[in-house]
Amino acid sequence: MVAPMWAAAKHPAFAGRSLFVVQPLDENGKDAGTSFVAVDHVQAGIGDKVIVLTEGNGVRQILQMGDVVPIRSIIVGIVDQVSLS
Amino acid sequence: MYLGIVKGTVVAERKAAGLEGTKILLVQPVDEHKRPVGDVQAAIDRVQAGVGDLVYLVGSREAALACDPWFVPVDAAIVGIVDGVGL
Repeated sequence: MVAPMWAAAKHPAFAGRSLFVVQPLDENGKDAGTSFVAVDHVQAGIGDKVIVLTEGNGVRQILQMGDVVPIRSIIVGIVDQVSLS
Repeated sequence: MYLGIVKGTVVAERKAAGLEGTKILLVQPVDEHKRPVGDVQAAIDRVQAGVGDLVYLVGSREAALACDPWFVPVDAAIVGIVDGVGL
């Protein structure tokens, strides 16, 4: 679940990128663990349930900005539905 | 990446190669309500943050990648000063 975040002074790698505070959820939609900060890559909106990648090499593959990118978490999907059987 | 509040400064004249001239700050990691999460840590400052600022940090290998030169022994770096969180 996401909330937008604003930061004027930031490392150049974050220039022009939207930032969100993300609250991890369990499969039932309940809070699970501590919130963290992630860069948006899918035009997520306030309150969206999202998929977040939290691994630096994957982030560098997605952003294709070279090998020296200090970003560790990126929103890579918006969840429409979760089914439990 | 995660949020934190700058609590103080660290002065260390003798540091590992590559860290000359870097500023080290003490940061309390917090959640989006500024409630403390975990212990205070030392982080390299990359954005001219000051005591009391709400900042966001990057950890692990990416913390070193925020530095110049980037092959340095750093595991937390402040990479932005937060102006606001929309809750």
